Amino acid sequence: MLDYDFMRTAFLAALLVALVCGPVGWFLVLRGQTFASHALSHVGFAGATGALMLGLSPLTGLAGGALAAGILMGLAGDRVAGRDVMIGLVLSVAMGVGALFLHLLTRSASAATALLFGDILGISPGMLGWLVLLSAGCLLGLGIMARPLLFATLQPEMAEAKGVPLQLLDVLFLALVAIATAECAQITGVLLVFTLMVAPAATVLRLGLSPLAGLGAAAGLALAEAWGGLILSWYTDCPTSFWIALLGGAGFLLVGLAQRLRAR
Amino acid sequence: MTAVLSSSPDSIRLHDVTLARGGRVVLSQISLAIPQGSFVGVLGANGAGKTTLFHALLGLEPAVQGSMQINGQPVQRGHRSVGYMPQMRKLIGGQFTGWSMVASALHGQRWGLPWYGRAGRAAVDAALAAVDAQDLAQRPVAALSGGERQRLLLAQTLLDDPSVLLLDEPLASLDPARMRETVERIHTLARARNMTVLMSAHDINPLLGLMDHVLYLARGRALLGTVDEVITTKALTALYGAPVDVVRAGGRVFVVAEGGGSALQEHDCGGCGAHA
Repeated sequence: MLDYDFMRTAFLAALLVALVCGPVGWFLVLRGQTFASHALSHVGFAGATGALMLGLSPLTGLAGGALAAGILMGLAGDRVAGRDVMIGLVLSVAMGVGALFLHLLTRSASAATALLFGDILGISPGMLGWLVLLSAGCLLGLGIMARPLLFATLQPEMAEAKGVPLQLLDVLFLALVAIATAECAQITGVLLVFTLMVAPAATVLRLGLSPLAGLGAAAGLALAEAWGGLILSWYTDCPTSFWIALLGGAGFLLVGLAQRLRAR
Repeated sequence: MTAVLSSSPDSIRLHDVTLARGGRVVLSQISLAIPQGSFVGVLGANGAGKTTLFHALLGLEPAVQGSMQINGQPVQRGHRSVGYMPQMRKLIGGQFTGWSMVASALHGQRWGLPWYGRAGRAAVDAALAAVDAQDLAQRPVAALSGGERQRLLLAQTLLDDPSVLLLDEPLASLDPARMRETVERIHTLARARNMTVLMSAHDINPLLGLMDHVLYLARGRALLGTVDEVITTKALTALYGAPVDVVRAGGRVFVVAEGGGSALQEHDCGGCGAHA
């Protein structure tokens, strides 16, 4: 399986994306902002279709759209980020705009499938270069802000009193989420960003590990699920996104079941 | 009014301070000085300005006018020697152990990874020991009682070794037996470390006998003094500008407003006029 260039590229891309999605998702789930990240991926979809229309790469549009939406969401604060209705509205309008752009595109069908459900086997070496850059930037950013972000997440009032800039962190974090979302969509598609972003992180958070161990474990589990999905799809001919989604759901349920049994 | 309480150096000094919240003046032209090491109960009804005063002392909201000093320095946000314990609210990260929860506040304002090092881990252990919470260290926070979670919060405020502690309604969600225990614990800690403590409360009784001074807030004004000076019919009637009776019965103190309601409690909770 590793004899093929596109498979080696796929494994590398999955590594780069999983290492970012795990830890970013860990904070996302802890902060209760998973729905916000879902909306970001949909705004990214509108951005990607818009970029295709202009003849740009979809990754540029995805990252640009999600980043703009993430920063705006962070600036608006709890007025938007914490409100289901507002996020739902943003999400549906973005999807609608994406649908319009797709309609205006001539080669819409294949582009739509790749954007919505991912196309990990179609990742080009050039795109891989971009993923390296984005992943390195994301991990560096998260490494710098992890400590105050953890404090601000667990004890916002105390953190504010100690001089932690809450709103700046909120904006920076949502910007990180936006970039991670754009990366993740390359593998799982915008509709299934949850599978790598939220499922491994939520599974790990159930374990009650210490923060640093949890961040590491989330990266590890995301990587295992992404590679597992690739391998399973190689042997079964089912889409990679399907297997990653299934593994994510199964992992979450299994950990829950194991805890139930142990609690008895 | 200015109240100078003793000759020891002042920990907190307000001069002619006016504080507003949402454009409405909450406290007007307050001047007071609290000596280092004093244990102060901050009393007043909801909306009297207890939280606003704390926010101002933390540098989170600037004063409309006047000057505020802590340990001789102007109030500033993120002051290391000021510890703040907010009211308990919805728990986030309940799956973490007590140790991880407390550690998250250790130099939480610094950039970088939440990596604590040997000295940091020792500091967390010491803070847990100071509130007798070693046995909570390895348990998930979600499995702890309100009183136990509060001990963790208190441990977090001790991490920076503060000289001033601001405690916002630490008794609010505790049952009566835990209230007295909590006040005694904080009092012992404050004595041992010579900390100045401002603790807001709805009921004066759990604090009786332990606090050095009362800071009573009402109608935009503040009255600071010993319990015997402040909690009197005359002093409180003057502060409220309306007849208020102080009744002592069974070793407890009740502040009763004209019409029978309690002056401190919210008036919509019928039966709780039994507390001051």
